[in-house]
Amino acid sequence: MLMRRAFSKPEKLKVYTKQFFFEVNNIGISSLGLITIISFFIGGVITIQAAFSFTSPLVPLYAVGFTARESMILEFSPTIVSLILAGKVGGNIASEIGSMRISEQIDALEIMGVNSASFLIQPKVLAGIFINPFLIAISMFLGILGGYVMGVATGACTSYQYIFGIQSFFVPWKLTYAFFKTAVFAAIITSIAAYQGYYTEGGALEVGRSSTKAVVYASILILLANFLITQIFFT
Amino acid sequence: MIEIKNISKSFVGRKVIDDVSFTLQAGRTNLIIGESGSGKTTILKMMVGLHTVDSGQIIYDGVVFNDLQDKQRQDFRKDIGMLFQGGALFDSMTVEENIAFPLRMFTEFSEHEIIERVNFCLAKVRLQNVNNLYPAELSGGMKKRAALARAIASNPKYLFCDEPNSGLDPKTSIVIDELIHELTLEFKMTTVVITHDMNSVIQIGENVMFLYQGKKWWEGDKTSILSANNKELLEFVYAADFLKKKNLNSNL
Repeated sequence: MLMRRAFSKPEKLKVYTKQFFFEVNNIGISSLGLITIISFFIGGVITIQAAFSFTSPLVPLYAVGFTARESMILEFSPTIVSLILAGKVGGNIASEIGSMRISEQIDALEIMGVNSASFLIQPKVLAGIFINPFLIAISMFLGILGGYVMGVATGACTSYQYIFGIQSFFVPWKLTYAFFKTAVFAAIITSIAAYQGYYTEGGALEVGRSSTKAVVYASILILLANFLITQIFFT
Repeated sequence: MIEIKNISKSFVGRKVIDDVSFTLQAGRTNLIIGESGSGKTTILKMMVGLHTVDSGQIIYDGVVFNDLQDKQRQDFRKDIGMLFQGGALFDSMTVEENIAFPLRMFTEFSEHEIIERVNFCLAKVRLQNVNNLYPAELSGGMKKRAALARAIASNPKYLFCDEPNSGLDPKTSIVIDELIHELTLEFKMTTVVITHDMNSVIQIGENVMFLYQGKKWWEGDKTSILSANNKELLEFVYAADFLKKKNLNSNL
């Protein structure tokens, strides 16, 4: 019901477009710092752990690069980074809309004749779906780069082995799978958070509760969707 | 003109508005007064469609507002301006963006015309050099005036003010009351003010309706209110005196 209202025709496309780009910045660009740090270090740690685990002489050391690439592309960047974003972006959206609800700003929009659900939710969901794949692509790149830097710096593998590994057995179709689920996760994070915020009742305490619920529900749904999408793509 | 005909409203089985009827006159400042919990804000929220009506009608110049479909109601609201108790300015926007918002959303004005209109509205509420400030940077009185400027930006036919004096000092309260009254006369709006401030009643109460326990108890104007022969109204009007007497009697 809320989503039907949220995705009804915008009153003025120009205002919504401006709001869309505002949200792209708010949701996407402001998350870049966090994603950069996390992805770089996790990529590095995966590489070191893989090198340490591959003790058998039957496993070539270029498998370290291969493992880092597969881990980042298939699971860490799309799923784990989305779970982190559920906390940062989802909590932010729920508390922003919840605060607007309790301070009568949503009522003010309605009185002006604005479809508040559409104005507040539509640009956020669309911006999330648009920007999340870019964030995840950056995360994949930085994770693999982190693996290279830390792997070579710690002597876990050589530069040649790592680069050979990340180029080995590459299946482009896996990127389609990763970006598809990324877009689905973005829709889950933004719409769940917007729903929780929009139906906040009470005061500051309830805004906090909405924010927590948004993060918990979005995280659970992301894990569930991850399982379903994986089943569909891999069987 | 706004006609309220036999409206009732219950929340969780408790009747908060009970068969209330009255008429709010065009081009005048209409006040709905009453003690806390008397149903003033509920009536106001029903009048603007934020609460549904259980029974009865709300008629704006012949249009039955509570019979309108969602889209029709949304369009109709473009004729309504509202000053909320806390101002309800959008936190993420500057004062200028707040006032320009309904104009950017619903008019085809050029950016130059919008800024001109914003400055005109700010001048009307006597606010200067605040265009680029955010609501968090304004005082309570300034917030109310900025919110009033936003409420009149799209030239509404009907203006609703929910306790415009709450949280303000007596001097600023008088300024806000005067502004509301002046704007009502200048723009010929039908203005409805919800208040429990007797200073406002004496100052701008051209048409006053007293609500008591969800029912209309008395109707008149600022000159007749002091001589009204109505126990509950007089208790409300002279609340301080009544409390003094009550305390005196209990001490004796």
